[in-house]
Amino acid sequence: MMDARKKKRKVLLMGKSGSGKSSMRSIIFSNYVAKDVRRLGATIDVEHSHVKFMGNLTLNLWDCGGQDAFMETYLASQRGNIFSDVAVLIYVFDIESREVERDLDTYHAIIEALREFSPNAYVFCLVHKMDLIQAEHRQRIYDERSAVIRSRSSDFTVDTFASSIWDQSLYKAWAGIVHKLIPNLIVIERFLSAFAKKINAEEVILFERSTFLTVTSVTSEVGELNPIYDRHERLSNIMKAFKHCAARNTLTTPASAGFVVMHTKTPQFNIFLGRFTDNTYIFLVVPPGEASYNCAVLNTMLAREGFSKAAAGSGGGDGFPLPPPETEEHANGTIGNPA
Amino acid sequence: MPPNETLFLESTTRIQKDSIHSFMDFQVWDFPGQLEYFESAFDLEDIFGSLGALVWVIDAQDDYLDSVARLNRTILTVQQFYPGINIEVFIHKVDGLSDEYRTDTFQDIVQRISDELSDAGYENAPVHYYLTSIYDYSVFEAFSKVIQKLIPNLSTLENLINTLANNCGFEKTYLFDVLSKIYIASDTRPVDMACYEMCSDYIDVIVDISELYSWDHPVRKRLGDQIQEAESHVVLHDQTMIHLMEMNKYLCLVSVIRNPEAKDKRGLIDMNCRTFQDALNEVFSRSWEEGSTAQAGGPATTSK
Repeated sequence: MMDARKKKRKVLLMGKSGSGKSSMRSIIFSNYVAKDVRRLGATIDVEHSHVKFMGNLTLNLWDCGGQDAFMETYLASQRGNIFSDVAVLIYVFDIESREVERDLDTYHAIIEALREFSPNAYVFCLVHKMDLIQAEHRQRIYDERSAVIRSRSSDFTVDTFASSIWDQSLYKAWAGIVHKLIPNLIVIERFLSAFAKKINAEEVILFERSTFLTVTSVTSEVGELNPIYDRHERLSNIMKAFKHCAARNTLTTPASAGFVVMHTKTPQFNIFLGRFTDNTYIFLVVPPGEASYNCAVLNTMLAREGFSKAAAGSGGGDGFPLPPPETEEHANGTIGNPA
Repeated sequence: MPPNETLFLESTTRIQKDSIHSFMDFQVWDFPGQLEYFESAFDLEDIFGSLGALVWVIDAQDDYLDSVARLNRTILTVQQFYPGINIEVFIHKVDGLSDEYRTDTFQDIVQRISDELSDAGYENAPVHYYLTSIYDYSVFEAFSKVIQKLIPNLSTLENLINTLANNCGFEKTYLFDVLSKIYIASDTRPVDMACYEMCSDYIDVIVDISELYSWDHPVRKRLGDQIQEAESHVVLHDQTMIHLMEMNKYLCLVSVIRNPEAKDKRGLIDMNCRTFQDALNEVFSRSWEEGSTAQAGGPATTSK
């Protein structure tokens, strides 16, 4: 039995005031769309929220208001409270900020505090609002900025991401973060790649159910040749947008809307999207071929049990319980007989 | 183009002709609003000669009296020389008006135009009115209606779709032009904005996903036989099913199915849609044979 504290990961979300912390939190975890975030006001002090992710993994998200006065209290009187037991620090830089040096000083102070109380935390830096930079300069400015950030990060290894709420880069960044947080990911990945080989899939992606973030993915040698590199993030975006549309038109909230199953067959590829475990969708891309597609779908449904056992066997796999059984019967796409 | 980007469009200064190549070829002529085309410098025959529909856009948020007066003049001229042209009036930008005010504006404009027309002695002029806005789907709906009037065998198509929808238990079925997401025919049940929105967004989903995975490479091999046209369906959380099937290069058939039993009979639905596809292509292949078009699709629908 795992102890309850371990399953709750404390995630600090920090950065200068107005850098977009609460906006991105709302988009990723509260089913907002980009234009809705205009309604958000400034965050006062720390907003705590618990985000259930992959079932057993609860992210305890501390959205820390970024105004200077708050920052000072975090570093002084609140220091022990804020920085102890941190699993992840996500620090957001506003690319448009005019006081780069000062931002970096604050960041460095935060890093020092983190080193004191939680030296094993992961640190992620998002260089945010990249949409405001002209496309041709983005890569260069981002590279420069992340080099400076690294130089001020003491002995933490920092992952940096360029992000914007207006395109898929936000998903890329958060999918990267989430990827780091999931326990026994290696077992899951090993299982998936063996499975992908068996069903001749070009690509198998596991999406988290409510956020549609990529949990993990396996790509075959052929699938690797796909020229579109940001396809996972684009898929997250596409499916989430459609989920919103479905919610709007079936009079329900985006949080409770979802898909039971999706089949797509085209002359170039076949795609299957379905509930895999309680918290994940599986997304299969297989080459065309009616019979082999149906086989792949059938096998996926059979693999679900094996998968949740494999994950459970290695300890802490109760993040992948099976969905309630009533959704299972739509798995098989066999052709009905004309009456 | 998303609606909020239209802000950056410049005002039209000359006649822009856009050709749309789809199942039928259209040419859209975009006229500058300030142009006085009844001056002798313009050749009326050139402008109106081969015209199918005249779309007149009225800004409902502005003072529209002037625009209505000009529209009346235009209608009278067009009616006199080219009585076959459909006149479509879009009362536009209604998103900014309250519901009540919207209806008032609509009635006022309709009243003014029909008064003028009956004064001039045209009782049943082909004038139609639509409330539109770019911020929802109403403008697609309106354009769909405009295009539908230009399709010679619309009633055949509608009959075919009705037969299909009734036999398969579809709630609503649309035949979409994939590129413009205008629907060129639908079953004759009342229009449901929610259904339209979901169908049109589902086309987006499929088109976008296809873009990600349709790359060409010699090592990509197929694993067996499969029908050439794309087919897709999704089941939503409330057991609603959206079913999409490619009909030909330009068209696809999208249906909303709420009957839970339909899901177990997908094979049958697929087969019926294929039958519909054959019928549809037959209608189009015969459309240039004079006369007998209405017959084309009739016997082919054997859906049960």
